[in-house]
Amino acid sequence: MSLTLEQVDRIARLARIELTSAEREATQAKLSGIFGLIEQMQAVDTTGVAPMSHPQDVVQRLREDAVTESNRREAYQAVAPEAERGLYLVPKVIE
Amino acid sequence: MSIQTLKSLADALAQKKISSRELVSDYLARIETLNSRLNAFITVDRDGALAAADAADTAIAAGKAAPLAGVPIAHKDLFCTEGVLTTCGSKILANFVSPYDANVVTQLKAAGCVSLGKTNMDEFAMGSTNESSAYGLVRNPWNTERVPGGSSGGSAAAVAAGMVPAATGTDTGGSIRQPAGLCGVTGIKPTYGVVSRYGMIAYASSLDQGGPIAHTAEDCALLLSHMAGFDTRDSTSLQREREDYTRDLNRPLDGLRIGLPKEYFGEGLADDVRVAIEAALAELRKLGATTVEVSLPNTHLAIPAYYVIAPAEASSNLSRFDGVRYGHRAKEYADLVGDKVSPLEAMYMRSRAEGFGSETKRRILVGTYVLSHGYYDAYYIKAQQLRRLIAEDFQQALTQCDVIAGPVAPTAAWKLGQMADDPVQMYLADIYTIAVNLAGLPGLSTPAGFSADGMPVGLQLIGNYFGEARLLNVAHRLQQATDWHLQQPAV
Repeated sequence: MSLTLEQVDRIARLARIELTSAEREATQAKLSGIFGLIEQMQAVDTTGVAPMSHPQDVVQRLREDAVTESNRREAYQAVAPEAERGLYLVPKVIE
Repeated sequence: MSIQTLKSLADALAQKKISSRELVSDYLARIETLNSRLNAFITVDRDGALAAADAADTAIAAGKAAPLAGVPIAHKDLFCTEGVLTTCGSKILANFVSPYDANVVTQLKAAGCVSLGKTNMDEFAMGSTNESSAYGLVRNPWNTERVPGGSSGGSAAAVAAGMVPAATGTDTGGSIRQPAGLCGVTGIKPTYGVVSRYGMIAYASSLDQGGPIAHTAEDCALLLSHMAGFDTRDSTSLQREREDYTRDLNRPLDGLRIGLPKEYFGEGLADDVRVAIEAALAELRKLGATTVEVSLPNTHLAIPAYYVIAPAEASSNLSRFDGVRYGHRAKEYADLVGDKVSPLEAMYMRSRAEGFGSETKRRILVGTYVLSHGYYDAYYIKAQQLRRLIAEDFQQALTQCDVIAGPVAPTAAWKLGQMADDPVQMYLADIYTIAVNLAGLPGLSTPAGFSADGMPVGLQLIGNYFGEARLLNVAHRLQQATDWHLQQPAV
């Protein structure tokens, strides 16, 4: 399977990764190679096989709806690129 | 300097033959000498290590020492360590000093271990050569023109070179076993769910599993006993009793049935690796084991299924790196803003483009595509169906044997740069390890001699769910009868 450049652009946009025009074609070639490998899956009939997401078939645990974490906002925001008065700062989104 | 096992160091410390400060200072000096050549460490935490060593010495003197008090270890730079830089091999986390410890880090601290620092790795654990690290490639101590394997290449190289007696690793598709094999040390990936993933920077959450890398199976057993355990903070952690993984180390191998998958000994396996594996199997037969041929007929589907599941989960996990809460934020992105791109989106796109390396970007893009509207069933669900077939293969084979054995990798360590431009060729080198992660089974790598050009070969042992103690037992008995694990590179 080979991807078109338009598909590569669309995936990159969905993934929020900027691809420069120089990177587009190299990315297209490498992704097409990977999808060539992945396509081997389609040769197998898996009708009726239950998908496996966890080897132990466990169910999601539930816990009491109670506070278990202490407030460490300052420590967590100390590693943020930009924070102020307890808020994360981002570029303007509303005009 | 001969091999220093974790066990022998723990004993020497407990008997006060050496202080932790002396030991830690010796290892720090060795790291300083060797790291410029091997690049196995990203961060050396000299001050933290010496302070922890002094605390361990005080505890030992007071007779209140934890079981591994004062023993030096290192953590793969994927484990969050409070107050210590945690990069995951990526530029996007170049300034990330973690505000908390991973569960594995907490537990090994409680056991008394002293962390010397953080080991190098493929970026976000995506690679089999350690060449995708943003902090430079790692060299194999046995031949510095060869790869150490990956993604826990820094941990394996550091142990092999005697820079640290043991280190943590993680294994999503072979990332503990393969570098352990290529560097001539021992490593075990436990059953999925046995070691908490809390504080392990996520790659593919349904496959990721932490484990130890050390010289011996005994050392791995000691460390795993402290690393494993139920943790409410990991939603897939299994609720089980704690285990002492050293309990069966000396059990005789009489009557042990070893299954040899015919698919692991076929086309693609290098002759010199085959010869080494056969010699190791002969030793196991001498110890009382018998071998039987088994089949894992869906082996060839493991790599395609993995390269859907792992990138899909990675694309979701790595969406957290957005330049807002932590990590790299681009300085300039105004040129990207347009009718369809808001300033916030432009910031995301440029930050991620600058912060992620090319292999990480490729896997995020593959994952984004297979999860996108209209493709989910054809790719992700299909891959999960194949995953079940692969897991059922192992269950079928394990009705005929107690453990499965084979090579860890089709060849010994290859030259640096050899596969750097061909991701698919690199993916195929993980043919013997990936299926174990898909099935969620435990797998171990133990030294099994050398290739024709003197590079280490790893024997892989695969057990049934929760069979870690048995795998460690088989490897320990093999190590008692052979000296491959005692060989050292001349660095």
